[in-house]
Amino acid sequence: MNIMSLVNALPGAAAQGLVWGIMAIGVYITFRVLDIADLTVDGTLCTGGAVCIMMMLSGQNVWVSMLAATGAGMLAGLATGIFHTFMGIPAILSGILTQLSLYSINMKIMGKANQAISVDRYDLLVSLRNVKDVPFYENTLLIVAILIVLLIAVLYWFFGTELGSSLRATGCNANMSRAQGINTNLSKVLGLMLSNGLVGLSGALLAQYQGFADVNMGRGAIVIGLAAVIIGEAVFGRIFHNFALRLLSVVLGSILYYLVLQVVIWRGIDTDLLKLLSALVVAVFLAVPFWKEKYFNKPGKKGGKVHA
Amino acid sequence: MLELKNIRKTFNAGTINEKVALNNLSLKIEEGDFVTVIGGNGAGKSTMLNAIAGVWSVDSGQIFVDDRDVTRLPEHKRAAFLGRVFQDPMTGTAGTMEIQENLALAKRRGKRRLLGPGIRKQEKEEYRELLKILGLGLENRMTSRVGLLSGGQRQAITLLMATLQRPKLLLLDEHTAALDPKTAAKVLDITNAIVERDHLSALMVTHNMKDAIQMGNRLIMMHEGRIIYDVSGEEKKRLTVADLLEKFEQVSGSEFANDRMMLT
Repeated sequence: MNIMSLVNALPGAAAQGLVWGIMAIGVYITFRVLDIADLTVDGTLCTGGAVCIMMMLSGQNVWVSMLAATGAGMLAGLATGIFHTFMGIPAILSGILTQLSLYSINMKIMGKANQAISVDRYDLLVSLRNVKDVPFYENTLLIVAILIVLLIAVLYWFFGTELGSSLRATGCNANMSRAQGINTNLSKVLGLMLSNGLVGLSGALLAQYQGFADVNMGRGAIVIGLAAVIIGEAVFGRIFHNFALRLLSVVLGSILYYLVLQVVIWRGIDTDLLKLLSALVVAVFLAVPFWKEKYFNKPGKKGGKVHA
Repeated sequence: MLELKNIRKTFNAGTINEKVALNNLSLKIEEGDFVTVIGGNGAGKSTMLNAIAGVWSVDSGQIFVDDRDVTRLPEHKRAAFLGRVFQDPMTGTAGTMEIQENLALAKRRGKRRLLGPGIRKQEKEEYRELLKILGLGLENRMTSRVGLLSGGQRQAITLLMATLQRPKLLLLDEHTAALDPKTAAKVLDITNAIVERDHLSALMVTHNMKDAIQMGNRLIMMHEGRIIYDVSGEEKKRLTVADLLEKFEQVSGSEFANDRMMLT
């Protein structure tokens, strides 16, 4: 086990972490802000990638293609939102329905299960070839980092507006929100659209980064997104309280996830087992608050009804 | 001001748990009325408030606010003219949001929420003054998360939120039931002060007969989804707890002792 092979792999892992970080911000918006576990994202990630690659292959500018990928993601979120609010289907099931539909849609967008794009022939914004030994302004790490800073700035502004506040209120207490005149259905649909738009954008970047879009590229994306959210909260939760910093911690969580993954791969663990390991790690972290409540909760403190 | 016409609501219709919660209920409230509502468990008190608020649609009947039929209006739209405080202190506020953010949400009740700032500087000053009036020291904790506050403090804030935009009708659903007696008295004082200051119309469900007699200008007693006793003005002022008990037994034919009604 050559330590240099690990060191050489780290910039790539960090770049992947950054790209998935955008996806993880999307998951944060549904899972933490809206309190919905949205499984649409497993399909949306590929939709974003597929739309971006196909548009670029047909000669569109990379920014236009990424914008279209974001828009396609938002439409997927809209579909889930309509399933959930207008048709009254539980949120998890709504996401699964959209996710399944997206498999067909993604196949139709690409025409086949996999579409490659060459970094030599097309003007890609990011690529795994551009993580080292390139001028800094072409470096994928820097480009994605700048994009993330911009996105966090916009999201921070948005969640401070009247509309953004009503989204946060809906996720925190829907009864109270309706009593204060907030259309909670609209909030949920908007939140799902925003989240899936980000996931679509992340998919567009990921497809460029790896040089292809694949119909299976989003499988288990929700778990990676949740892992990033949870790792970010576990590591930075005590020091980052501001909303923008919380979003940043999600991105950092995603980077940490990919760095750890790289180390695990370097240690020679069977890569077939990686998804199992990820799922188990996420399961344990999700259980922690439940266990805390159940086994370490002192009566009269947090949780339970407060009578005073 | 508010009129309920033959409201019917059945829960779990067609099942073994079928329950007629509101049975052709009719009620008219005039501008400035402060109505207290009492009744046994399952009498339909909270159901009536929820029907007014539009938590679900009623089976039949109509609801008018200022002669406008609001029967089909969804809950969040009816909020434009209703202020609500709930029994559970957790229900009325967003626990993970700051005190000032909660107030700012309430300040925008009935208004369009677009991309303007969620809270403005001058609002904060206004909220600070309003919080001072509560006398709970909350004016110095405006950026604290509401989840850190006690039940009484949360109810006081919910009251403030319900009345920040003057509601046509204030709905109080046993809003002191989950509080200890001292805190409950304090929240009732605040309620009275706000209702009098803003000349509000209010509907207050309570399980405390003494409060029901002392507060407001009109008292109604509910039983099995309808109003069985309605008294106001001088007659209400002369009421005693014993009168109410007698009235209840007379109309319902059963003793008023089986539940958590407080007699004192």
